Amino acid sequence: MYGTGLAKGLMLTLRHFVDSYIDDIRYGFRKYSHSVDNFGIRQGTQTKGVITVQYPDEKVAVPERFRFVPFLIVEDEDHPTRAGKDWCTSCGICAKVCPPQCIWIVRGNDPDTGRPVPEPEAFFIDIDICMNCGYCAEYCPFDAIKMDHDYELASYDRTTHHIHDKERLSKPNSYWRSIAPTRAYEEMLARGTWEHKDAAKEARRGQSSSRRSAPRPAAKAAPAPAVKEAQPTPEPAVSAAPVAEGSTPWSEDDAKREERRRKALERKARRAAKRGG
Amino acid sequence: MPTAAPLTSTTIDGAIDHLQTTYPKAVSVDDREGYGGIIVDSAQLLDVARVIRDELGFDYLSSATAVDYLGAGDHMEMVYHAYRSSGGGALVFKAQTERDHAEIPSLVSVWRGADFQEREAWDLYGIHFPGHPNLKRILMWEGFHGHPMRKDWREAYYEEEQKPFDSRWPGGHVHRAEEKNVFGKNVSYPREIDLSRLMDTSESAVYQSLGLGVDVERVMDKDGFETNELVVNMGPHHPSTHGVFRMVLTVDGETVTSLEPVMGYLHRNHEKIGERNTYLHNIPFTDRLDYISSMGNNHGYVLAVEQLLSLGRRYNEPTYRCEVLRVLMVELSRIVNHLWAIGFWLNDIGAFFTPVLYFIQERERILDFFEAVAGSRMMCNYMRFGGLFGDLPERIKSVSNLTNDRARDYNTIQFLTEMVSERIPRTIDELEQLLTQNEILIERSVGVGVLSAEDAINYSAAGPLLRGSGVPYDIRRADPYSIYDELDFDVAVEDAGDMYARYRVRVKELRESVRILRQLLPRLEATEGQSIWADGKPGAYAPRVPLGEAYGRVENGKGELGYYIVSAGGKSGTSNPWRYHVRAPSFINLTPMGIMSQGYKVADIVGILGSIDIVLGETDR
Repeated sequence: MYGTGLAKGLMLTLRHFVDSYIDDIRYGFRKYSHSVDNFGIRQGTQTKGVITVQYPDEKVAVPERFRFVPFLIVEDEDHPTRAGKDWCTSCGICAKVCPPQCIWIVRGNDPDTGRPVPEPEAFFIDIDICMNCGYCAEYCPFDAIKMDHDYELASYDRTTHHIHDKERLSKPNSYWRSIAPTRAYEEMLARGTWEHKDAAKEARRGQSSSRRSAPRPAAKAAPAPAVKEAQPTPEPAVSAAPVAEGSTPWSEDDAKREERRRKALERKARRAAKRGG
Repeated sequence: MPTAAPLTSTTIDGAIDHLQTTYPKAVSVDDREGYGGIIVDSAQLLDVARVIRDELGFDYLSSATAVDYLGAGDHMEMVYHAYRSSGGGALVFKAQTERDHAEIPSLVSVWRGADFQEREAWDLYGIHFPGHPNLKRILMWEGFHGHPMRKDWREAYYEEEQKPFDSRWPGGHVHRAEEKNVFGKNVSYPREIDLSRLMDTSESAVYQSLGLGVDVERVMDKDGFETNELVVNMGPHHPSTHGVFRMVLTVDGETVTSLEPVMGYLHRNHEKIGERNTYLHNIPFTDRLDYISSMGNNHGYVLAVEQLLSLGRRYNEPTYRCEVLRVLMVELSRIVNHLWAIGFWLNDIGAFFTPVLYFIQERERILDFFEAVAGSRMMCNYMRFGGLFGDLPERIKSVSNLTNDRARDYNTIQFLTEMVSERIPRTIDELEQLLTQNEILIERSVGVGVLSAEDAINYSAAGPLLRGSGVPYDIRRADPYSIYDELDFDVAVEDAGDMYARYRVRVKELRESVRILRQLLPRLEATEGQSIWADGKPGAYAPRVPLGEAYGRVENGKGELGYYIVSAGGKSGTSNPWRYHVRAPSFINLTPMGIMSQGYKVADIVGILGSIDIVLGETDR
C-alpha cells in the first residue's frame, strides 16, 4: 500500500523521540549530577535515545593515545639528582620528522667550550601550525616530547599565545605518567629503566650525575599547568608525587630565558658571519 | 597507418608486445631503472590510445598525470594508467614533451575521463593539449600566472626546496608564517590581464568569462514555450555543495540544459606540499584529503611507497596482523563514509538532518575506536611504511585527569565485537527501515541522474557511482591488495544507474563491510601477540626509497584512490618524493556530472551531486 514505507520510517523517528524522553525522565535531576556512573551509563553503548554531552559542563575523557599539541618532559622536582632537568637532548629528530615544520630548537652549547651539550637552549612550537600528528613523540629516541591531552587552548590573542616556548611546553614527568600510565610503562620496559636513558647510563658508569648542572633555583610563582590530582602510576619505581600548587620547578625566569636566547642568537649570528666571510 | 598484428595474449606483457609489433617506431619499453610500461611517441599517441582501448580492451583510464623531470632529462611526461573494467593490472603508458613548449595530444576523444585530468595537467604543469574541447584552468583561476607544479615554480611561503628545513634545528629561528608572506612580491600578472577589469562588478562579466556560449544579457525565447534560457550560478557558498564548490547551470525554465562544475576554492596544492615533504611527512597530509575516511587515504599511500620500498633490499613485508588491522580500519572507515554519504545525500533531497543524526550515532562509536587506537578521531595518521602506529590498546578508554574518566571504559575486543555483531547491523537495519521503502525517497531518486554503464566507464567514474551503473568493478576484487583475496565478500552492484541505485549500492556495501569485519575478528584473535612490524621494531623515520615509480590504489569509500609516486632514489640525496600525485575519486567523479544533470530539474541537481558523494578536501587538493 502506498505510504507504508513512509509510515514505517516515521515509526522509527517516533521511537527515537520517545526513547530520549524516557531516558531523561528516568534520570530526572540526576542527569545534572556529574556523577561518573550516570554519565557512563548514559554515554554507554547500551543507552537508548539521543543523549548529548553537555560540553563544557560534561566532558568525555580522552583515551591514552589521544594526541594534541606536544609538551616537553622535565624531571620532577623531587628527583634526587636531576630535578628540573630536561629530558630533551636537542638532537633535533622531532624537528626533522615534523610534517608542517612547526618545531624550532636552539641547540644548547657549553658557554666555555662552545661544544654542544645535550640540553636545548630554547624550544618553540607554533601551535597554529602544529597538525597534531604525533610524529615528534613517536620518533623521539629519548621519550622527551609527548602529546598532551589538554585540548582547551583557545586564547584571545594568537600573536602572543600561540608560539609555545620552553617554559610553556615543559611539564613534569609525573604529569605524563598520570595521563598515560600504560604507555609510560611500555616506554619504561623499552628503555629498561624509569630513568632517562642518559641518567641510567651515567649511573651505570658510577659517575656523579650532578656533574654538569646544579639543581635550578625554584622560579617565581606562575600559574601551574594542568597538573591536578596526579593519579597513582602502575609501577612507581621513582616516586611520582603530585607537584604542590603554586610551585613550578620546571619553569624558568623570563629574564634569564631571554638572556639565554639572546646569547644563542648572537652565537648563531657569529657563526653565520664566519661562514659568510 | 601500420596494420594491426593479431592479439595473442591478454596479459599486460602480451598487450605491450602487441603494441610494439603494431607500432615498432612509436612504442618503446620504458627501461629506466624502477620504471615500467611503455613510452609512446606523442605524434602517434592518439592512434596508440585507440588501440589500447578498442583492441586491447583497456577501457578504463584510471589516472592521467604529468611529471616534470627538470634536471633529470629536462622534459615533461604524461603518465597514463589504463585498466580493463573486467579486472587485472594496469597498462602504463607515457608520452614525453619538452618543457618550453609542452604539447601532447588530448585523449579526451578516447577516454572522456581524461577531461579534468588534462585540464589539471595544463593548469599545474602548463602542458598544452591540442584537441581538448575545453582546455581551461581548473584548480587555479583564469589569469593566474605560471604553472605551480613545475619544479622551478616557488610558492608564496617558500622556504627551502625540501623538508626538513635547515632553519629549524639547531638554529631555531622561530618566526610566524605570515611574517614571511611575500604576497605582492611573488605575484606577477600576464600582460593581457588588466587589473581594473578584475573590478568589474556586473554579473555578466563573470559568466561571459566562462565562455558558455549563452548571451546572458539578451532574453531568448524558445519555440513553443515562454521560457528563457539563463545561466544560474550555484555556489560556491551554497549549503548543498558540501563545501566551497560552484556549479554553473544553464537552465531552460526549470530544466537544466548544461552544467559545469567550477572548483579549486579549497586548493592548497597538496601535491606541491607533498613533494617538499619527506615520505613520512605525507602520511598525516593524506588524512586531510578525504577527511571522512582518513584510514583509507593512509592505506593507499603506504601501499604505493611500500611498492617502491620493495624494490630495495632492506624491506620487510608487513606482518599478517598488520594487514588484518589495516583492513579492519579501512572497512570501518568505509562504513563511516557511507553513513555520511547517505545521510548528507538525504539532507540534499530534503530529509533535513534527522536521518544523518541517527546514522552518525554509530559513526561516533567508530570514531571513539579510532581515537583509542590511533589517537585522533578523524586525522588518524595510523599507517606507516611496513607497519602501523601501534597495535590495539587493551582498553578503549583509560585513566585521564578529566572527570568522567570511567565513562566509556571498555575492553577493546569486546567493544569491537559488540560493534560488529550488534550495533552496526542494527544501524543499517534502521537506515533501511527509514529509507529503502520510503515513497518520497523513491519518487525523488528513481530515474534521476542516470549514468549509463558505458558512460560510467568512459568517464572514469569510480566507486559506488560506477557500480551503481551496473559495472561490477571493485578494486578489492578486480586487482586485490592486502588480504582482500582471502576474504569472502560480494561486489555490490545495481544496474539502474540512477540516484536510488547508488543508494542501494552503498547500503549493500555497508552490509558487505560488516561481513568482512566478522571475518576479521577471528583473525585478530589468531594473530594475538604477533608484532605489527616484520622485524619487531618500528620503521625508520627516513627510509631509503629506491629509484622508481609506483602507483598504489585502493577502493576507498568514494571510489578509486590512487597515489602515483616517483622516487629520485639517492639522486636527490634526501627522503622526498620527486613526484607525488593523488588520483582523487571526488575530483574525477565530477567529470560525468555534466551529462548526469542534463534534462533534470534544478532541485535534482543538488541530489545528484550528493549521490556522487564528494569531499572538497579531496576534490580541490
